[in-house]
Amino acid sequence: MKEINMTALEQLFQAKIEKDIKIEPKDWMPEAYRKTLIRQISQHAHSEIIGMLPEGNWITRAPNLRRKAVLLAKVQDEAGHGQYLYSAMETLGESRDKSMADLISGKAKYSSIFNYPTLSWADIGAVGWLVDGAAIMNQVALCRTSYGPYARAMVRICKEESFHQRQGFEIMCTLMKGSKEQREMAQDAMNRFWWPSLMMFGPSDADSTHSQQSIDWKVKRYTNDELRQSFINASVPQAELIGLTIPDKDLKWNEAKGGYDFGPIDWEEFRQVISGNGPCNAERIAARKQADDNGQWVREAASAFAEKRSAKKAS
Amino acid sequence: MNSLYKYILRIADDSLILGQRLSELCGHGPIIEEDIALTNIALDLIGQATSLYEYAAIVGGEGKTADDIAFLRFEREYVNVLLVEQPNGDFGMTIARQWFFDSFRVLFYDAMLESTDQQLAAIAEKSLKETKYHWKHSSEWLVRLGDGTDESHDRVQTAINYLHRYVDELFFMDEVDTALITEGIAVDLASLKVAFDAKTSEVMEMATLSFPTNNWKQVGGRVGKHTEHLGHILSELQYMQRAYPNMEW
Amino acid sequence: MSTKEWPLWEVFIRSKQGLSHKHVGSLHAPDAEMAVSNARDLYTRRSEGISIWVVESSQVFANDPADSDPLFEPSQTKIYRHPTFYEVPDGIEHM
Repeated sequence: MKEINMTALEQLFQAKIEKDIKIEPKDWMPEAYRKTLIRQISQHAHSEIIGMLPEGNWITRAPNLRRKAVLLAKVQDEAGHGQYLYSAMETLGESRDKSMADLISGKAKYSSIFNYPTLSWADIGAVGWLVDGAAIMNQVALCRTSYGPYARAMVRICKEESFHQRQGFEIMCTLMKGSKEQREMAQDAMNRFWWPSLMMFGPSDADSTHSQQSIDWKVKRYTNDELRQSFINASVPQAELIGLTIPDKDLKWNEAKGGYDFGPIDWEEFRQVISGNGPCNAERIAARKQADDNGQWVREAASAFAEKRSAKKAS
Repeated sequence: MNSLYKYILRIADDSLILGQRLSELCGHGPIIEEDIALTNIALDLIGQATSLYEYAAIVGGEGKTADDIAFLRFEREYVNVLLVEQPNGDFGMTIARQWFFDSFRVLFYDAMLESTDQQLAAIAEKSLKETKYHWKHSSEWLVRLGDGTDESHDRVQTAINYLHRYVDELFFMDEVDTALITEGIAVDLASLKVAFDAKTSEVMEMATLSFPTNNWKQVGGRVGKHTEHLGHILSELQYMQRAYPNMEW
Repeated sequence: MSTKEWPLWEVFIRSKQGLSHKHVGSLHAPDAEMAVSNARDLYTRRSEGISIWVVESSQVFANDPADSDPLFEPSQTKIYRHPTFYEVPDGIEHM
């Protein structure tokens, strides 16, 4: 289908993609490319905003002043990253309000990982180390995505996120050097967050509906399975170094492929969580809705004030 | 317990408790842009509190660390003003609380630049820059809410009416202050009152808001007599330190 | 009830004295002052700037990308505008 009936514009577009020339907002692009980007960037933005909630859950209970400040700064970065991404999405002609409304109505998706609860302080370590680690794996690849504004947002985000994973791993290291209770707390967090972190890369390539087209358009640069494998290869030695056990009895180094073999992922759990039946889906959406509702009169007030003032200036 | 130690704790506790209140909003702010702004203010306040507790630990901590002082006192031993422990309420309440506090803090840190205590003067210099921005931010919002819609005007006026009773306590002084004022260490808070009234009245007028006429005043925080809110703030703040004593985090 | 979305602003940051302002991204704000405020919080959290410009996005006028060939290609053939076009004998420096 792609070879025949290609218009001149489409050929020009495809030629740019092949030569790794970035697509910019006002350039012609196939409607399906625009839609794919809007879907992916908005999901990404929503994930940043919803992602503030599980970690925000521990800011007021952070164990000391240093950890409190670090966690505040980290969660704040996520609000910033959400904004960078919404801005990139808006260059494609989609409004942030509409996108936000889709999030609140449950229509839009976001990363399934944020529907898991943070039950102990160690979870903050696990989220920073594993969840941010998985996200960074994905995001570094996206710095070379074909759409200019998305790529630029990702470059900025990756630069800022470099401290996120480190602070999480530092929490885990400190816990593993601590008391028996602290080590158990860390292992428990590891047990709960390991598999959901692997699910963050999305369905396996064989089952992913969007993957191939996104790869052809260079929206995605690596497949879900490739990224998942890189993440496992990077994380296993980190866990071993500090004495954490990976909760996977099938995990084994495979010399031939130069990576770890690992046990089956529970895709039924993934499907349930992504379709709204995870442990915290309802709470996450409710929190976002409440924040949005609480902000309604504030946004109106600021708009009304701006109008009054420009009317005054004009007269 | 020496006066300087107590004096430092009063400043530090104000910053910590207000920072803690603002951090409750992180991820729940009424607008994403404002989420970032409020978190920035929370970070500045936690940073100020940290410098102050570190100094307090040197001055009279009896071997305690900054974290011990911040996290391991009982309710009656915290000496923040009642204003900062008031709940976030709606955005109008959050902004009005912040604005009263910032209006005071800008003048306070400015006066503290002259302190004969070099450590306090240095903390004031860094904190003043941060606080000037907080004040600009809370003032801009107060004006927008006050002179925005009818609803926003009513909401923020309600907040002003409620919080006004706690404002006078910002100027509370007792024997802790007296000795330190003579030595040129502490700020004579009475000397800031005229400037505070002028500074706040100007913004209130731009915001088309008015102060309530009754002069009901609440004090007590500076001597450890708090509203019921503080206990709940502390039960979250201290949870980890109380549940797992003497551990590194 | 839905309210009008706050307008979009383009943000330009001078990262240090001596450099020009550079476009860094965009954000929403009800008015110019708040746009500067939001830009400070969003784009200078890591000391990236010392000066901020904001322009309402709707005020930016851009060329039509469809015209980019007639606009920009003609200059590509005028290589004599570049110093590398000219031959200079060996031994000549600082020219």
